[in-house]
Amino acid sequence: MNLVEISGLTVRFGAAPALRGIDIAVAPGEALGMVGESGCGKSVTWLAALGLLPGKARIEGSVTLQGQEILGAPAATLDRLRGGRVAMIFQDPSSSLNPVHRIGKQVTEALGLHRGLTSAAARAEAKRLFELVGIPDAQRRLDAYPHELSGGQNQRVMIAMALAGQPELLIADEPTTALDVTIQAQILDLLNELRREMGMALVLISHDLGVIAETCERVAVMYAGRIVEEAPVERLFAAPSHPYTRGLMAALPPIDGPRRPLAAIPGTVPEPSALPPGCAFAPRCALAREACSVAIPPDRLLGAGHRAACLVADDALVPA
Amino acid sequence: MARFLAGRLLRAFITLFLVVTFAFVVLRLSGDPAQIIMGADAPHEAVAAFRQAWGLDKSLWEQYLGYVGSIFTGDLGRSMRDGRPAAALVAERIPATLALTIPALFLKLGLGIPAGIYAALHRNSAIDRVVMLVAVAGFTIPSFVLGLLLVLVFAVQLGWLPSGGQESWRHAILPVITLGIGGAAVLARFTRSAMLEVLGQPYIRTASAKGVPWRRVVSGHAAPNAAIPTVTIIGFMFGSLIAGAVVVESVFSWPGVGRLMVVAVANRDLAVVQCVLLLVSFTMVAANFTVDLLYGLIDPRLRTGAQGGH
Repeated sequence: MNLVEISGLTVRFGAAPALRGIDIAVAPGEALGMVGESGCGKSVTWLAALGLLPGKARIEGSVTLQGQEILGAPAATLDRLRGGRVAMIFQDPSSSLNPVHRIGKQVTEALGLHRGLTSAAARAEAKRLFELVGIPDAQRRLDAYPHELSGGQNQRVMIAMALAGQPELLIADEPTTALDVTIQAQILDLLNELRREMGMALVLISHDLGVIAETCERVAVMYAGRIVEEAPVERLFAAPSHPYTRGLMAALPPIDGPRRPLAAIPGTVPEPSALPPGCAFAPRCALAREACSVAIPPDRLLGAGHRAACLVADDALVPA
Repeated sequence: MARFLAGRLLRAFITLFLVVTFAFVVLRLSGDPAQIIMGADAPHEAVAAFRQAWGLDKSLWEQYLGYVGSIFTGDLGRSMRDGRPAAALVAERIPATLALTIPALFLKLGLGIPAGIYAALHRNSAIDRVVMLVAVAGFTIPSFVLGLLLVLVFAVQLGWLPSGGQESWRHAILPVITLGIGGAAVLARFTRSAMLEVLGQPYIRTASAKGVPWRRVVSGHAAPNAAIPTVTIIGFMFGSLIAGAVVVESVFSWPGVGRLMVVAVANRDLAVVQCVLLLVSFTMVAANFTVDLLYGLIDPRLRTGAQGGH
């Protein structure tokens, strides 16, 4: 059984839709990447699933955790699973930690909530977690405040805090975006290593295909509140079929071969309040046909575990 | 930390010095106390004798140096009206003022902070709008208008409470409410915006994401952060315990420090006015100093900053 199944998830903020029907599943122990530009809804998907969006968001659809519906579940149920079975870390670690609490206390708080550990036992476990995520001088660091640590160290604290509840799924929302490039690699390595050791599933949200390629087994590409393509990572890189995915790939510099100018995707992402009818990418798509602007293209299966919501995907799949 | 304290103390001392100097100069330039106290019809010789007796015939510089010198010896001068020490006159009024301002402070804190937090947590709800409407009204209506309004309703129309004087605790009710409502309104607005600011911070989402129940997110994660800006305004309220009731004491004929000051200013009773101003600025400065220390306690970022950082 899948660990998490999201189906038909829609979110609107007032009149503007942020998600327009998301279907995605995460298997136990799997690493899923979610890629797309800022505002495409990749973070909103998981914030909505965990009930972390502000009250004005209108959420519909279904999110199940091992078959149990969690969308709209009572607050007490959500509090138990958040930080317990499903943990989440965020983009800017330094502002994601409470500035007035010692970092040790922030970790032991989670240990108390999910594992019933208090005082000395909680502190010992927090120290162990700090060591696990590679925080040097862990014992002393427990008493530090977030502003006394670097961004990379704070992200390690966030990861330690996420691990406190021994989660089955860790959602990492742009975990390396705010960090220096050298630190980025360290944090990704750490996430990979922890996932293997603890057998937990990982959802890695990123706008960086390179980061996803390094870490994930499967990728979902999002555009304007929908998943436009989903495939195993090797297949996506070998045979990107949605024109948007191909556009993203063309914008990446090749590691070998001759240097070429990077191709930008023309135009901009449409405003959520002014989405075109039909395919949201059609106005920017070189391959768009008349039919593309009539109705939202349905998903088409293009191979094992490979789907794309594009009318021309079959043709586009033909290697250029 | 010692350097930080020394710096703040020096600043506090300079503030007091400036207030004392300013009050001294302005009082002497804005009217002749001898003429005012002796009356317009007093014979010229009598006025001159009065000036000599109180040292008003000396140059401003001489008077000033003499005054500052006597402050350091603990002598704050005597009232020109009855010859009693100014410090004693002021001191005997302090309890009456505190009898209004301390209950009013509790009213401000007890009403303003919960109302602000509640409004922030229920942003844009009907109750939030009502709280904010009352708060805006509470701090835009001047205290003398509010005071007179309360007198009109509860003393004149309903006859439930006395309109002025200090005979019993019932006399304190209307002035305390008048003082309290304005401050509660300011505090409610301040607390609400501090709370809203904090609730939008990423660390609040982190707390929810790790499974902290919402009530504990508010009390354990949001409130300590929202307290940082709110402490400033509370400190200011502590600082105005002595001086904050000037208008209300006048409206309700309450014999406190504020009324003493109003009368003393009208009479150009120099030593008394100066003594009140010294006391008022001292409480203000002391409150600010305490707030600075409190910041260090509740905000660890400032604590290390004050120690020279790392």
